[in-house]
Amino acid sequence: MANITKAPAGFEGPGFFATKIDSVVGLARKNSIWPLPFATSCCGIEFMATMASHYDLGRFGSERLSFSPRQADLLMVMGTIAKKMGPVLRQVYEQMAEPRWVLSVGACASSGGIFDTYSVLQGIDRIIPVDVYVPGCPPRPEQILDGIIKIQELVASESIRRRDSAEYKELLASYGMQ
Amino acid sequence: MDAAFVSEKIKSRFGDKILADEMLYDMQCITIRQESLHDLVRFLRDDESLGFGFLTTMNAMHFPDAGEKFSLVIHLHAWKQNYRLRLKAFTNQDPPTFPTFTNLFPAANWMEREAYDFFGFRFTGHPDLRRILNMDDMEGWPLRKEYPLEDQARYDKDDKMFGR
Amino acid sequence: MNSQNSQEIAHKDYTTLNLGPTHPATHGIFQNVLTMDGELIVSAEPTIGYIHRAFEKLAEKRPYYQITPITDRMNYCSSPINNMGWHMTVEKLAGIKIPKRVDYLRVIIMELARISDHLVCNSVIGVDSGAMTGFLYVFQFREHIYDIYEAICGARLTTNIGRIGGLERDFPQDAWTRIDKLLVDLPKGLKEFEKMLVRNRIFMDRTINCGPLSQEMAMQYSFTGPNLRATGIDYDVRVMNPYSSYEDFDFIIPVGTHGDTYDRFMVREQEMWESISIIRQALQKLEKLEDKTSFHADVPAFYLPPKDEVYTSMEALIYHFKIVMGETDIPKGEVYHCVEGGNGELGFYLVSDGGRQPYRLHLRRPCFIYYQAYPEMIKGAFLSDAILTMSSMNVIAGELDA
Repeated sequence: MANITKAPAGFEGPGFFATKIDSVVGLARKNSIWPLPFATSCCGIEFMATMASHYDLGRFGSERLSFSPRQADLLMVMGTIAKKMGPVLRQVYEQMAEPRWVLSVGACASSGGIFDTYSVLQGIDRIIPVDVYVPGCPPRPEQILDGIIKIQELVASESIRRRDSAEYKELLASYGMQ
Repeated sequence: MDAAFVSEKIKSRFGDKILADEMLYDMQCITIRQESLHDLVRFLRDDESLGFGFLTTMNAMHFPDAGEKFSLVIHLHAWKQNYRLRLKAFTNQDPPTFPTFTNLFPAANWMEREAYDFFGFRFTGHPDLRRILNMDDMEGWPLRKEYPLEDQARYDKDDKMFGR
Repeated sequence: MNSQNSQEIAHKDYTTLNLGPTHPATHGIFQNVLTMDGELIVSAEPTIGYIHRAFEKLAEKRPYYQITPITDRMNYCSSPINNMGWHMTVEKLAGIKIPKRVDYLRVIIMELARISDHLVCNSVIGVDSGAMTGFLYVFQFREHIYDIYEAICGARLTTNIGRIGGLERDFPQDAWTRIDKLLVDLPKGLKEFEKMLVRNRIFMDRTINCGPLSQEMAMQYSFTGPNLRATGIDYDVRVMNPYSSYEDFDFIIPVGTHGDTYDRFMVREQEMWESISIIRQALQKLEKLEDKTSFHADVPAFYLPPKDEVYTSMEALIYHFKIVMGETDIPKGEVYHCVEGGNGELGFYLVSDGGRQPYRLHLRRPCFIYYQAYPEMIKGAFLSDAILTMSSMNVIAGELDA
């Protein structure tokens, strides 16, 4: 009997398996995240290496990259975001449908990195909410995969009611979004 | 072609407009009056024996403490003779104004926009002089010495840790 | 826009298409607002600066050795070339003479970087015309080149390789083994990649006459590098103004004829073969040199002395202190030095006032200068050809904006 993945905690009987709907939905979602690679600079090249065959991102379920925000689950921001690019990033984030997660790859996206200058946005969490930060300049592909695995843990353990909760709405309101 | 040849040709044509002509490291460097720079570049490009047909780069400089506060530096390259040349023109105007070089070298288009964006240089006759790398609504000229490097809107820097 | 154009536009029904900053095919972020007549492009309006990180301003606030990581991030597909270019500029200014062995080691690193850059560009031309497999095959070799960088300096992509005065350490034995293995595997891999694309009917139909560039236009727009050589002009900084002992090497400069996408692809392909040959020659020359140990020039004022000397000798301690605190005595003056980067003439115009930081560093970035010609090149072309032209020009956003 092939064991594809670990079953969530539940009550099993002849012909049925009862568990929380959150766990099943989380299990399905975490193994089929469609990322949107928002690659701007050097971290984008390390992402290309992560996508390539040596560090294969496809084995985590992210084989199909979506360049359209409407069809993506995970926004991977890789590289420096300048202030000129900020509104574009925000528009892309707002176009994504719920549930959506954000992975900030690299020092520049997380906090501005080595570029403490007048033209660089000092961290994308000033304009959009971020779920996981991957430090590094650029991070090794193994680190990016580690970030994706942490996103998978977040996805698996998230309640399906979270996106309608007051807490989440407050988070979005703090960024000025509905 | 060597420095003496180039100096001779330029002196015979521009004479007293040349302010300096020296060899710095391995490149001949000619300083000329602001109003003659455009004519000099045209002469260097069109003269058959010189033939400086390639514009390597163009950039601006700011000297807040000197008498002449701005300068425009042009690097030219003559491929047939494999000879490089640097031209400089100083000025004290603010904003420093030069005639555009796009009629001689189309590559100068974005180089001039960059000089405008970072230093505030004006180029009369430029088809589209506006900011190129910075945000369009930015105020100030970033590469001038008085413009601060760091993001002034940061609130989470502890001055004690940064030695201020 | 003159009145005749606006009359034309008023008559016809042109659509505006935003080839936005985020786009799967623009590898890097720059925007083009295209005015289109159906599927044909009438005009394009480029906007850049979406990743402007103020390198030139940053360089005015940092000591000389701290500027190397900034130069890394310009053309990040071949960062060692940027690093070496910067070090050679400072060495020219300070009058440091580099031993032959260091020159040859630098040549090996730079040629590996050139192969790495051209591999990305060519495989991405393949991806944009639909051939995804070449990209996957070729990235394996980039991983091998990354392993070599890691053995030499510890980093994969933004390498910060070398120091002012030479290299930080000699190549370890692991690096030599990997380079030898690469010289065996890479030719086979390149041949496989070429078999897929070079005489492929579909690829040739897509790329021949796509985005042609004439010699006059290339010279007027100050093109350099493989894009210029594809038009037929054989300008290569390694031959015109040799640096780092390139005059000792024997290599040809591949040139194209029409300056279209196919020629640019083929020029880069041939340059990779030439780089492999240069690396082989460098290995042979290193064997023949008597000097088998030096990896830096003997300039204690600029190059950190070995740690055991720092702990025992007074002069070494003072040099170490001065260099680390950035109080080295770079002479006052100005210098322009250029190297042949992956995209052409990468120039550094350095003006020093004798202080611990440069007074002004101007970076002559090839991408920035030749991208101006893009709207001219795609006038009247189909949208899909415009995409292929852009990827064949190898525009790297870090170098475009700096």
